[in-house]
Amino acid sequence: MKKEFQIISELIENNTKVLDVGCGDGTLMKFLKDEKNVDTRGLEISKENVQNCISKGLSIIEGNAEKDLHQFPNLSFDYVVLSQTLQAFYNPEKVIDDLLRVAKKAIVTIPNFGYWKVRIHLLLKGTMPVTDALPNEWYDTPNLHMCSIKDFYNFCFKKKIDLTKSIALNGDKTSKINKKNINIKNLSSELGIFLIQK
Amino acid sequence: MNAKENLKKIIVKKPLKLDCGKTICDYPVAYETYGKLNEKKDNAILAFHALTGDQFVTGINPITNKAGWWSYLVGPSKAIDTNKFFVICANVIGGCMGSCGPLSIDPETKKIYGTNFPIITINDMVNAQYNLLEFFKIEKLYSILGGSMGGMQVLQFVANFPNKTKTAIPIACTASHSAQNIAFNELGRQSIMADTNWKEGDYSKLNLSPDKGLAVARMAAHITYLSKKGLQEKFGRKLQEKDNLNFSFDADFQIESYLRYQGSIFVDRFDANSYLYITRAMDYFDLVKQFNGNLSKAFEKTKTKFFIISFTSDWLYPTSENKEIVIALNSSGANVGFIEINSDKGHDSFLLDIPEFLKTIKNFLEANY
Repeated sequence: MKKEFQIISELIENNTKVLDVGCGDGTLMKFLKDEKNVDTRGLEISKENVQNCISKGLSIIEGNAEKDLHQFPNLSFDYVVLSQTLQAFYNPEKVIDDLLRVAKKAIVTIPNFGYWKVRIHLLLKGTMPVTDALPNEWYDTPNLHMCSIKDFYNFCFKKKIDLTKSIALNGDKTSKINKKNINIKNLSSELGIFLIQK
Repeated sequence: MNAKENLKKIIVKKPLKLDCGKTICDYPVAYETYGKLNEKKDNAILAFHALTGDQFVTGINPITNKAGWWSYLVGPSKAIDTNKFFVICANVIGGCMGSCGPLSIDPETKKIYGTNFPIITINDMVNAQYNLLEFFKIEKLYSILGGSMGGMQVLQFVANFPNKTKTAIPIACTASHSAQNIAFNELGRQSIMADTNWKEGDYSKLNLSPDKGLAVARMAAHITYLSKKGLQEKFGRKLQEKDNLNFSFDADFQIESYLRYQGSIFVDRFDANSYLYITRAMDYFDLVKQFNGNLSKAFEKTKTKFFIISFTSDWLYPTSENKEIVIALNSSGANVGFIEINSDKGHDSFLLDIPEFLKTIKNFLEANY
């Protein structure tokens, strides 16, 4: 399991109820279910991935976070997970609102557009950055609203969302993000992992 | 009808109070089984048939000599593997394949019921079939599934018996029969009743048969089971065994010939009064109303794990209506999965060889067993 999922699963307490939005092939859900006795539900847009989840015995609903989150009642989960997909929504602000409606806590991970390799790419090449974390060209990327981890950090302050935990990931190395080091972390991290609540 | 006397059936002694207020007792429920019930009795699957189906899910139907209606899905080494699972299917009450229905003898008059048979509902059908669990001494089913009216029975079963099945798969169905679907059913019924051979439902006693009315009902219904795209691709404006239009009312077009054929073979295997009764049961189905406008209440007490399946081109029981069920299950905190299968074959998709659909059921049943 990739490092990002390890960190997410460490943020989730045993015996809780979790909704994984954009759960992919269900790797994280399966781990949470088997290792932490978590009652999991997944929402996934790709039919192929839905089939992968069914084969793993996971509870999976085919759907799109922007259209289908409304079906879940208020606070029906302990946690909701959104891994590296916030930037692909038409209205990320509304999605965050909805996440914090259906669950007490949300874990959101952000591919960092402020990462130094991304900046150098744009600075030196003058073309839209293509990196391991952002593998698509500008014309076929699903990403509509790229942001840096500093952008997301500021967004939470502005919207009065409590940043319970902020973790930076660079390769396999993790570190905490805080007010003092945010500019450094925004330069040195590929991914930001945030545990937020209202 | 002699061949039908050899069908497997249980005679239910326990009186069944029907929704219409009448009570039936000592009534037959005809059934068929596939595979073997294991010692733990935890591998049983109850399949519910749709409007014109019967208990012969797979293999060769001994009455019609045709393949069972779910032959693609159920059988040895198929998606529902009968080497592993024990599949039970019963003919619904009101039907015409051995369970009590309008063709049965009314114990009071000693004559064929005809339209004196009481009006039955999906709830009555499910309650009648529940007796099979007691007959086979099955404490808890592994799964229940069905498409269309079969899916309605799945929903009703869980509402009535919240913890009698581990999993449930309602397919291409609805929790509340729509105005459009009631309208199509009414068209079929009026067609039967307009046939002069119908005789207020007494045709059997007079050795008559309202074949024309029943065939037209089937033709109209058959169109609703397909999609515009599917029809266009299969038939287009192709002519039937001719190069030019006939300038008559013969079946010039292949689609006309096809529908006429579908109508004509249907009357050989189905009873017109049963068609009236079963379509009525579908029209009366409104699980939302049964639970005072809150469908999630229907599933409040259940631990059953659901998986709901719809098809992209199904306009009779569209994805939106299937999703209403998903939403209600989520609201009640039940365990539910959902997928919409790509198919241009319309509502009929659930009966066809659609690999993605078959794979979904196989994977769901295997992974949760």
